[in-house]
Amino acid sequence: MDDLLSEFLTETSESLSTLDVALVNLEQNPNDPQILGNIFRLVHTIKGTCGFLGLPRLEHVAHAGENVLGKFRDGELEVTPAAVTLILQSIDRIKLILGHLEQNECEPEGSDEDLIAQLNAMAEGRAGGPPPPPPPPMPTFESVARQPEPEPVAAAAPPPPEPEPDDEPAPSASVPVPAAQPPAVAAPAAVVTGAPVEAKESAVAAQTIRVNVELLENLMTLVSELVLTRNQLLQMVRGKDDSEFATPLQRLSHITTDLQEGVMKTRMQPIGNAWAKLPRIVRDLSVEMNKKIDLQMLGADTELDRQVLELIKDPLTHMVRNSADHGLEPTEERKRIGKPEIGKVVLNAYHEGGHIIIEISDDGRGLNLDRIKQKAIQNGLATESELEALTPQQIYQFIFKAGFSTAEKVTSVSGRGVGMDVVRTNIEKIGGTVELKSVPGKGSSFVIKIPLTLAIVSALIVECASERFAIPQISVLELVRVTGNSEHGIEMINNAPVLRLRDRLLPLVSLKRLLLLAEDTEERQETFIVVTQVGTYTFGIIVDRVFDTEEIVVKPVAPILRHISMFSGNTILGDGSVIMILDPNGIAGVTGESGLLGNAQAAEAQVARESHADAKTSLLVFRAGGEDLKAVPLALVARLEEIDLQEIEHSHGKPMVQYRGHLMPLIAIDGVMNFRDEGRQPVLVFSDQDHTMGLVVDEIVDIVEDRLRVELSAGSPGIIGTAVIAGKATTIIDAGYYLPQAFGDWFGRNDKEFGNPDFHAPRILLVDDSPFFRNLLTPLLSVAGYEVISVESADRALLLRERGDEFDAIISDIEMPGMSGFEFAQAVRSDFRWSQIPMVALSSHATEKDFERGRQVGFNDYIAKFDRDALLSTLASTIAASKGAA
Amino acid sequence: MNQIVPAGKRQSTELAAPETQDFVTMFIEGQLFGIPVLTVQDVLGPQKITRIPLAPREVAGSLNLRGRIVTAIDVRLRLGLKKRAEEKKGMSVVVDMGGELYSLMVDSVGEVLSLPAAKFERNPPTLDPHWREFSIGIYRLDDKLLVVLDVGKLLDFTRNE
Repeated sequence: MDDLLSEFLTETSESLSTLDVALVNLEQNPNDPQILGNIFRLVHTIKGTCGFLGLPRLEHVAHAGENVLGKFRDGELEVTPAAVTLILQSIDRIKLILGHLEQNECEPEGSDEDLIAQLNAMAEGRAGGPPPPPPPPMPTFESVARQPEPEPVAAAAPPPPEPEPDDEPAPSASVPVPAAQPPAVAAPAAVVTGAPVEAKESAVAAQTIRVNVELLENLMTLVSELVLTRNQLLQMVRGKDDSEFATPLQRLSHITTDLQEGVMKTRMQPIGNAWAKLPRIVRDLSVEMNKKIDLQMLGADTELDRQVLELIKDPLTHMVRNSADHGLEPTEERKRIGKPEIGKVVLNAYHEGGHIIIEISDDGRGLNLDRIKQKAIQNGLATESELEALTPQQIYQFIFKAGFSTAEKVTSVSGRGVGMDVVRTNIEKIGGTVELKSVPGKGSSFVIKIPLTLAIVSALIVECASERFAIPQISVLELVRVTGNSEHGIEMINNAPVLRLRDRLLPLVSLKRLLLLAEDTEERQETFIVVTQVGTYTFGIIVDRVFDTEEIVVKPVAPILRHISMFSGNTILGDGSVIMILDPNGIAGVTGESGLLGNAQAAEAQVARESHADAKTSLLVFRAGGEDLKAVPLALVARLEEIDLQEIEHSHGKPMVQYRGHLMPLIAIDGVMNFRDEGRQPVLVFSDQDHTMGLVVDEIVDIVEDRLRVELSAGSPGIIGTAVIAGKATTIIDAGYYLPQAFGDWFGRNDKEFGNPDFHAPRILLVDDSPFFRNLLTPLLSVAGYEVISVESADRALLLRERGDEFDAIISDIEMPGMSGFEFAQAVRSDFRWSQIPMVALSSHATEKDFERGRQVGFNDYIAKFDRDALLSTLASTIAASKGAA
Repeated sequence: MNQIVPAGKRQSTELAAPETQDFVTMFIEGQLFGIPVLTVQDVLGPQKITRIPLAPREVAGSLNLRGRIVTAIDVRLRLGLKKRAEEKKGMSVVVDMGGELYSLMVDSVGEVLSLPAAKFERNPPTLDPHWREFSIGIYRLDDKLLVVLDVGKLLDFTRNE
C-alpha cells in the first residue's frame, strides 16, 4: 500500500475514534466551544488530507459535514440530537469508505448525494422537518457489485487494535499473517485480487507497534542510570588489571553502550519524515489553485525527537499549505508585478544553540495588514485605537488568534480560521516559539524555534574556575591554546580581550567574568579559547581547561532558572554529575552582538576580503621588449620558468617548447621574438585548465605587493595601462590579450572600448570559480570604468543579495562547482530584489543550445569566455538598456 | 446534566473537615517546620551539588537524583537566615512542583507527624513579614511550634525581587 495512504488510514481511524467520543460529548454539552472546536478541527484535517490524496468521495462528505459544524461553531445552528445524528452518520460513511479504501486502495463506487443533501439542508437551516430517515448503513457496499458480502466472521471481528502501523511502510497486503487470524483468511492470491474483509486486520497489524513515549522516557532514565552504575564499576576496577571482573565488566560496558544508543535512537528521527507528505500536498495544491509553486526543503536530515516531530508535523503542514494558498499570489498577479511566475516556498531546518529552528518562508505578497486590522476589530480582538498603537509586526501576530482567517473566500484548502491558532498551540505545547515576519510584496516567513528538550547533542566539556560546563559542539569551530610563550597572547583593548588569529582579530569573552565566577588570582600558565560561531559571528570563549567531548541529552533547566539566557539546558554526565550547557547564542547576545548584527558584520568582512577594489595585489615586475618596467598580477602567473634556448622548436613558424608533456606556445610581448642568442630565457607561464602559454620576457625584476590602481589607460593593445608600483611608473600587461594569441580558438581583437564617461562607475558582480579569470577580468573591468566585486561562487553572490547589495550588472560563469551559472540565474531571477539586474553569462562552451538555455533561465546575454571586447560592449549596452528602461 | 454537583462545593466540604494531616518535619536553626507528606518525594543526605552561576542566591545548584536533575534551594537563605556553617552537613527534602523536582536544603529532617486540625492556627501578625510570606500557618505542638511551609511560594521566584 502507498505509504501516504496507509499513514492516512492510521491517522484517520484514530481521529475518527476521537470524533465519536467528542460528538457524544457535544450532544451533552452543546455549548462547549472547546469540544466543538476540537471536532471541527478533526473533520477539517480529514477533509484536507483527503483532498490531497485525491479521494473525492471522502472529501465531499467531510466538507459537507464541516459546513454544518462550522455553523454550530458560529452559533448559527443549534446543536440538536438530530444534527448530531446526521454528523455521526457522515462519520459512519467516512468509516465505511475508509474500510473499502484499506482493502482496495481506492474509494468504493457509489454516491453520497443523499447524505450530502441532508447535510447541506441542515447547514442551510432547513432541517426543521422530520429527522432524516435513517439511511441504510452500507448503501455503497450494495452498489459495488463485485464486492463480496462481509462474512459473519469478519463482521464479528473486533475493530482494529490500538497498535497500528507507524510511519514504516505497511507490509503489503499480500503477506498472509500467520495464526491469530481465523482460518477463514483467504489464500494470498485472493488477497491480492478480491481483498476479503479479513485483510483489514492484516494490513493494520503491521510489523511496527506503537509504544507510549512515556515508556521510552522511562527506559531512557533507566538506561542513564545503568550507564552511571557501569561507570562506577569501571572506576573501581581501573588499576586492577588482574581483576576477575574485568572481562565480564567490559562486556557489560559494551552492551550498556549499545543499549543506550538503541534507546536513544528509538526517539530520534530526521525531520524529513514529517516533510514527506509536503511535496505531494504542494503539488496538488498547485494544480488546484493553478499556481506554479516550487517547494524547497533544506536540512531534512536534522534529527529531532520523535515526540516533538509528531507534534510539529501538523503545524508544519498547515503552514506550508497556508504559504502556498494565501501567501503566494496567483500566477497572473505575479506576472503582472514582475515577480517570477514560480512562487517559492522554502522549508529550512537546522540546529542552532540548543534549539531546532524551522523556517517556512515564501516570496508571496506578505500579510495583508489592513485585512488583519479589519478582522481584529470585527472579531473584537482589539479596538481601532489599540491597533493604532501597534507596529505592523505586532498586528501580524493576530493571525495566531483562534478563529482568525483573512482568506477572502473559503476554499477547500484553507480559510476557515483553523490553522494558525492550532499551529501556535501545538508549538507552545512543546515549549517552542513561533515568530512571524512579513514584508508587504516580498513575502512572509515563520520561524519556529523548538528547544532540543530531548535531542542528543555532542558537547565539549570545559572547565572554568573549577566548574565544568558543556558547549554544544555544533557551534565550536576550533580550540586555541594560549600559553605564556605562544606567539600571540591575549591582548587587551581597554579591558576587552582580543586574540590575533590568522590575521584576524577575534573578540574574546571571559567565561569567568561572564558568569561572575570567582576570579582566581594566580597567573595561569595556559588558557584555552573556544572559537565559537553563532550565525556568522565568530568569537572566542576563554576557559581554563578543555576536557573531552561527550554525547549529552539536553534537559531543560528548572523554570526558576529559565531567565538566565547563558544556559540552554543542563545534563547529567557519564560520571553522574550535573552540568550546565552554555548557550553560545545567549553569550553572543549578552556580549553585545545580537545574531543579526553579527551576520551583517561578518558578511561585510567576508566581502571586504573578496573584493579586489582596494586590496593590495601581488605584482610581478619584469622587463620585456624595452627598458621600461612592466608588471602583471602575480596571481595570473602559474609559474616562472627559464627555458633552454636549445629546446625551442618551431611549428607553423611559431615558437614553442615541450613543457610538462605538452606543447607550450611562446609569445613575445611586442610580437617580435627577441630571443637571446644562447643560454636560457625567462618565461612567464600562464595557465588555465588545459591551456598553457609562455610569455617570453627579458628579465624578471621583482615581486611587489601594491595597490593596483591604473592611472593611465594606454591605447595600445596588450596593455591595461600604467600604474605606480613601488614608486615607479609601471606598465600593466593585459595577460588576457596574449592568451588568445597563443591559441587559435581564442578571440584576439583589440578594439577596446574603455571607460565610457557617461557611467558613474557602475557596479558589477563577477561570479567565477576560477581565480585566474577573476584576476584577469577584475583589472580589465576596473580599467573599463566599472567597480568590480568578484566572488568565487554563486552562494557567495546570493549572500551579497541577502546583505542588500545592488549591482548594475552581473557577470557569471556557467560551469561552477556547487550552484551552476544556470541555477544561479534562476535564483537571481526568482527573487525580485535582483530580478531586474542584467546578467551576462560567461562560458567557454558557447553553442547555440547554451545560448538558448541561458536566455531561458534569465541571462540577458551569453558571451564566450575570451571574448573581452564582446564582454565590454555587451556590458555597456545592457547596462545602458536597463538604465534606459528604468 | 443536572446530576453534576458543582465541583468546587464538594471539595471545600472535604477540605473543611480533615481529621488530621501528615507532615514531614524538619529543623532549621532549631525551629521546627513541616510540609505535607504527600508532596515529599525523597529525603536525601548530603549531596554533590553543581553550582549554577548567575542563579538567584537561594539556588544552591543542581544535583542528580537517579537520572533526574533536581534544583537545590537553600531554605535558610530563602527565609533570610545565614548560610549553614561549612562543617555542618545538612539534609534535603525533595518535592515535586509542576513536574519539576526541587530539593529543599535544611539542617535536618525529623519524623512524620500526624497533626489534628484543631491545633492549627493562622500566622500571628507579629511574624516576620518575610516568614509570613512562606508560612501557611502554625501548629501548636506540646513542646514547640511547627511552621507549615508553603512550598509553592517558597519556589516561586518571580514574586519577590
